[in-house]
Amino acid sequence: MKSFHGGVHPNDSKKYTAAKPVEPAPLPEKVIIPLRQHIGAPVSPIVKKGDTVKKGQMIATSDAFVSGNVHASISGTVAEIADYPHSVFGSCMSIVIESDGLDTWAEGIPLQRQWEKLDSKELSKIIREAGIVGMGGATFPTHVKLAPPPDKKIDTFILNGSECEPFLTADYRAMLEYPERIATGVKITMKVLGVNTGYVGIEDNKPDAVKVLQEAFNGTQVKVIALPTKYPQGAEKMLIKALTGREVPSGGLPMDVGTVVQNVGTIIAISDAVTKGIPLIERVVTVSGSAVKEPKNLLMRIGATFADALNHCGGLSSQPVKIINGGPMMGFAQSTMDVPVIKGTSGILFLSKKDVNYRKESPCIHCGRCLEACPMGLNPSILSILGERQLYQEAKEEYNLLDCMECGSCVYVCPAKRNIVQYIRYAKAQNATQAQKEKAKVAV
Amino acid sequence: MVNEVKMNLLTVSPSPHITSDESIPKIMWTVNAALAPAVIFAAWYFGSPAIITMLVGVVTAVATEYLVQTIRKKEVTITDGSAFLTGLLLAMCLPPNLPWYMTATGSFLAIAVAKHSMGGLGYNIFNPAHIGRAALMVSWPVAMTTWSKMTTQVDVVTSATPLNILKQQGYAKLIETFGATPNLYKAMFLGMRNGSIGETSAILLILGGLFLIYKGYIKWEVPVVMIGTVGILTWIFGPAGLFTGDAIFHMMAGGLMIGAFFMATDMVTIPITRKGKIIFAVGAGALTALIRLKGGYPEGVCYSILLMNSVTPLIDRFVTPKKFGARR
Repeated sequence: MKSFHGGVHPNDSKKYTAAKPVEPAPLPEKVIIPLRQHIGAPVSPIVKKGDTVKKGQMIATSDAFVSGNVHASISGTVAEIADYPHSVFGSCMSIVIESDGLDTWAEGIPLQRQWEKLDSKELSKIIREAGIVGMGGATFPTHVKLAPPPDKKIDTFILNGSECEPFLTADYRAMLEYPERIATGVKITMKVLGVNTGYVGIEDNKPDAVKVLQEAFNGTQVKVIALPTKYPQGAEKMLIKALTGREVPSGGLPMDVGTVVQNVGTIIAISDAVTKGIPLIERVVTVSGSAVKEPKNLLMRIGATFADALNHCGGLSSQPVKIINGGPMMGFAQSTMDVPVIKGTSGILFLSKKDVNYRKESPCIHCGRCLEACPMGLNPSILSILGERQLYQEAKEEYNLLDCMECGSCVYVCPAKRNIVQYIRYAKAQNATQAQKEKAKVAV
Repeated sequence: MVNEVKMNLLTVSPSPHITSDESIPKIMWTVNAALAPAVIFAAWYFGSPAIITMLVGVVTAVATEYLVQTIRKKEVTITDGSAFLTGLLLAMCLPPNLPWYMTATGSFLAIAVAKHSMGGLGYNIFNPAHIGRAALMVSWPVAMTTWSKMTTQVDVVTSATPLNILKQQGYAKLIETFGATPNLYKAMFLGMRNGSIGETSAILLILGGLFLIYKGYIKWEVPVVMIGTVGILTWIFGPAGLFTGDAIFHMMAGGLMIGAFFMATDMVTIPITRKGKIIFAVGAGALTALIRLKGGYPEGVCYSILLMNSVTPLIDRFVTPKKFGARR
């Protein structure tokens, strides 16, 4: 089978929720909608405290191209626009909406749209209006990804159905339950990009999803391919390598090798936005971990809190040691349950002690496992040591520090339990600060 | 049932949040376990002197580590199996009848100087057990090369190792001592010959090594390449001209088996990349052959591994993994 170098094989822990159909979570009483749910320019509120809003109504936007509009996910009243805890950025300006319990749509939504008649530009505009961002976790605005500069010729579209993070089954359930929406979304996306070749990459621990999508794409130019189950199969660069054999150059983007990759959730959002006019206001979230009583795949409104999610899953069965937004390999640990679900929240995990396997860090014993695990062909051992000794520039210039995508494979295999990714992140930040200082000096 | 999350019990740390159950103690104790067959054989074959030497080696190593870490006010890590391993490996590379205080001195130097003066586990440049052995070699050269008297298969009483006989009396005498070439090979393979405590039984060391390869703790390339290099070179540069050497004898002789499987694979002191490890193994094998064939000592595994340890940082500097995105 097609694959890439390196990677690790953690227990996929998908058994908790793999067989659970997506269940709509009850209407939340209030939602906290952060103004930063994407990479790029922040959006500004276009509503004020006391305003009545309807479900699907745009409540914040920006003129900047690299940005993502934000919409009300419930109908009700704007109670507050203030700083609230955020699952990725710590805290963020957020619009709080108190529900009127009616859940009424904004005017004109949902609608029936004959998208086949629309051209690439019009489709792209709809996607931008709907505030769609990469829902795998990176939250890069989708319309930007779909508008590569003219010198980058795109010939291949890839749907990322690998879902390589342990525990997460949101994309898996979506593939099983919404194949038509996925097929439509892929067709729309390929039309926007003007490409004829498409791939769907799915890890082979989800054979039924492979089968369902193979049927859905029967008779099209899109090939559904089973890939070996290996983390990080779902990383864009690894997925492209496995499916097309192309290697995104160091520091480059998928478009540098003529490829655009989109996540399953994103494609469904594109389909809903284009065919029904529904903006991105809800998503499938896997609520799992061995500390949750009834793990589930929930269809949650953007802005509902982690505490809401836990309530719908029967509460806790044991004390968690970690609460995570996203997957256990690249997700973000939380200090509160009052953080809202955002567009990139693929999972909410309540991990108990036995899930995390915590141990104290010790010095590197040079075993070389991290080199074998690193999909980017780096030397994580030396990077962590350079980070420890504050030799940030050497790490960048001689050991390709910036190529690290922080997938965590090195830490996973490390017998010394070294916090390699942490050292690398810190070294990257230090290099960025240094570069800024030098820029400032030149400016003076 | 827990109704509420006790927030103060949450860990907020960077990703990844899950790790494998691999750990340093697990690796070290597994390597110790892989040595068990050879240790049991040595206890049976050489008897109580070997048992005492191994006990002294291990106890001194662990006690020294405890002492050093306590004095330096560091976390005491004597249970991780690494000091135990150093002491055991050192003892296995010593003559069975070595006086106990010499064994203790070697073990002390291995842990205190070779390991902890460099910063402890992970920071040492040289294989600690081999540093201990090298220190004993220069301090008590006579005791270190005095072997117990034993009867070989043809009722010849000898107090020399096969490599000693080869060095001092030649290949013909070596064959004569063991009767015939097959007898020599059999004795070497099973371990029925004179030598250091843990080095004699090729088969049991290979078994232990295979177990470690299976567990993924050592790379097969290292022992295969190192032993192969010694075999090829000793065959080419034979006693009666080119391509007349006894490669099979040389591959099983001296400390090569234990060195190639258990010392040249010590992850702390060898290169980190696969390619680097192969370079290391070729170098160690070539130096071993050079010392055996041209040097004053009959055996050279210990020194060749130590010499290659010294160039490990250099190898790591120049042999780097293949970066993703550099190939098209």
